[in-house]
Amino acid sequence: MAELTYRAAVARGIAQEMDRDSSVVLIGEDIAAAGGVFKTTEGLLERFGPDRVFDTPISEQAITGAIMGAAMNGLRPIGELMFSDFLAVCWDIVANQIAKTRYMTGGQVSLPLVIRTANGGGTRFGGQHSQSLENWAMAVPGLKVVAPSTPRDVIGLMAAAIRDPDPVVFFEHKKLFATKQEVPDGEIVDRLGVATVLAQGSDVTLAALAAMVPVAVEAASRLKASGVSAEVIDLRSLVPLDTRTLLESVSRTGRLVTVEENPRLCGWGAEIASLVAEEILWDLDGPIVRVTTPHIPLPAAAELEDLAIPSADRVVEAVLKIQ
Amino acid sequence: MTTSAAIDTRLGMYRGMIRARYFEQRAYDLFMEGIVKGTTHLGLGQEAVAAGFAAAMRPTDMTFCTYRGHDHTLLRGAPMPALLGELAGRSTGICGGKGGSMHLTDVTNHAMGSYAIVGAHLPIAVGAAWAGRLRGTGQVSVCFFGDGTTNIGAFHEAVNLAAVWKVPVVFVCENNLYMEYTPIAAVIPVEHPAADRASAYGLEPLIVDGNDADAVYEIAVATIERARRGEGPSMVEAKTYRHKGHSRADPGAYRPHEEVEAWLARDPITIYRARLEAEGVGASALDAIERQAAAEVDDATQQTRNAPPPDPRTLTTQLWADGGSAWRN
Repeated sequence: MAELTYRAAVARGIAQEMDRDSSVVLIGEDIAAAGGVFKTTEGLLERFGPDRVFDTPISEQAITGAIMGAAMNGLRPIGELMFSDFLAVCWDIVANQIAKTRYMTGGQVSLPLVIRTANGGGTRFGGQHSQSLENWAMAVPGLKVVAPSTPRDVIGLMAAAIRDPDPVVFFEHKKLFATKQEVPDGEIVDRLGVATVLAQGSDVTLAALAAMVPVAVEAASRLKASGVSAEVIDLRSLVPLDTRTLLESVSRTGRLVTVEENPRLCGWGAEIASLVAEEILWDLDGPIVRVTTPHIPLPAAAELEDLAIPSADRVVEAVLKIQ
Repeated sequence: MTTSAAIDTRLGMYRGMIRARYFEQRAYDLFMEGIVKGTTHLGLGQEAVAAGFAAAMRPTDMTFCTYRGHDHTLLRGAPMPALLGELAGRSTGICGGKGGSMHLTDVTNHAMGSYAIVGAHLPIAVGAAWAGRLRGTGQVSVCFFGDGTTNIGAFHEAVNLAAVWKVPVVFVCENNLYMEYTPIAAVIPVEHPAADRASAYGLEPLIVDGNDADAVYEIAVATIERARRGEGPSMVEAKTYRHKGHSRADPGAYRPHEEVEAWLARDPITIYRARLEAEGVGASALDAIERQAAAEVDDATQQTRNAPPPDPRTLTTQLWADGGSAWRN
């Protein structure tokens, strides 16, 4: 057991898999010699050498294209996009090529690859380096979508993503990089599509992802003081989605509040809300509420950005409104 | 031109061009008949590029091509009935009807896909070749694309990365003078869309007569073996011409009549047959190749006409490696 930051957990998770499987390689901008602009890949070049850890030019289409080609020809590559916002400059490769190729070739092509990317706001970077884009990836058939909230989960889900035979977009949250946790020694391997119930409750289910998980946990603890028992679910992956855990919880509590960092329209919570409405509407005791960022780009100023991203206060307020 | 190719190789290239020509003509006819649907981008007139490179590749070398990829996929060894079946959206199609004309793929024969977004496959070809190098397989990627591709970002990202990493890939621009309906000369500031860009990436500008199978073969051997020796990528620009419009919707009326006539007179198959005959190959041997190809196309057509459409149960298969498309439990 050792205390580990989310940032260091990224490198440990990758190293765990590179140690075990020589076909795992890592490429990206500034990830080798510099150890990553967020220091998430520190030490990997030294440990695994220049034949497995590669710096690339600033060429996101080349990075994503190269890992796709490499995955077609026997490797299990990991490509880093420095910021998830840069998905927009290689979206053709990600959404048209990587996601569709297995299906369009009638199953001939396997693409065991991982796109890792720093995601999310709260860092005052402004509208082009702060977005929470899990729902972009979620909307494309053929991509698996993972977004861990703790150092331990970073390792376990990284292992699951790298071992997965299909393409995975792995969102690492910038706001969480400095957070710490006691993490067990030795190999950690999770399964994709398994949500975690972090706090058990009976009055309302709070569904959250990545940096919104600690926000939901904080809200649950404040709600306790108001006599409301909130259950917190960390979804951990959106595709595959652990609907069983989610629907079971909402059936029991009768209420659902989603806590989403993305802008309102078509955020992942909309899909979850529609599932609940379609499948367990009669178990509900109140309306489903989505707490999201407003439908705006994220502003840079601290006071504005903090207003935009869901806070524990806003979650508490939303829950109390439907009690 | 003089050639180092053995006569069997040259007859193989002639056979390849004939098979590609007959296949495309049949694809055109079946489209008019309503059997082939959607769209097609025919390689009629450009067969020498596909035949010359295919002849120079080892079986495990990898082909990446565009939506104008019927010829390339066929000449790497993909079975003709499965290709025609795919064009017609039949269960017998090489992708089970899920790909269509623009996505022909035959991994067994290392035809690693036809890509319908201009430029996308260049970085993918680079990655596949790079993986081959890391694994020590000795494989080379050959990546075909059109003149219009040289204006898109992925082209530049891919060629740069390949040059920096010395990846064993051969980029082959099939310059047929038109980016869809617009003359390429109207949208580039240089004369040769690929060759004139090569020097920006430290590559030699290589231009070849894309209607001369022997010339294509020579440059294919040189660049593929260079890549295999670990000396990095090459950029080849093959000058050629498509006999038809860009796609099925395009009659190609924007092209001057004299230009079309001049290129039709330089048909790569006519040229090659005349050359082989002049060098002493008997007409009967060449006639036999043509007869065999015609019979092969007829057989593939018959199989396609008789093939059922895809099983409706396949609609939601093959999204994931487990064979299904589930996104939830």
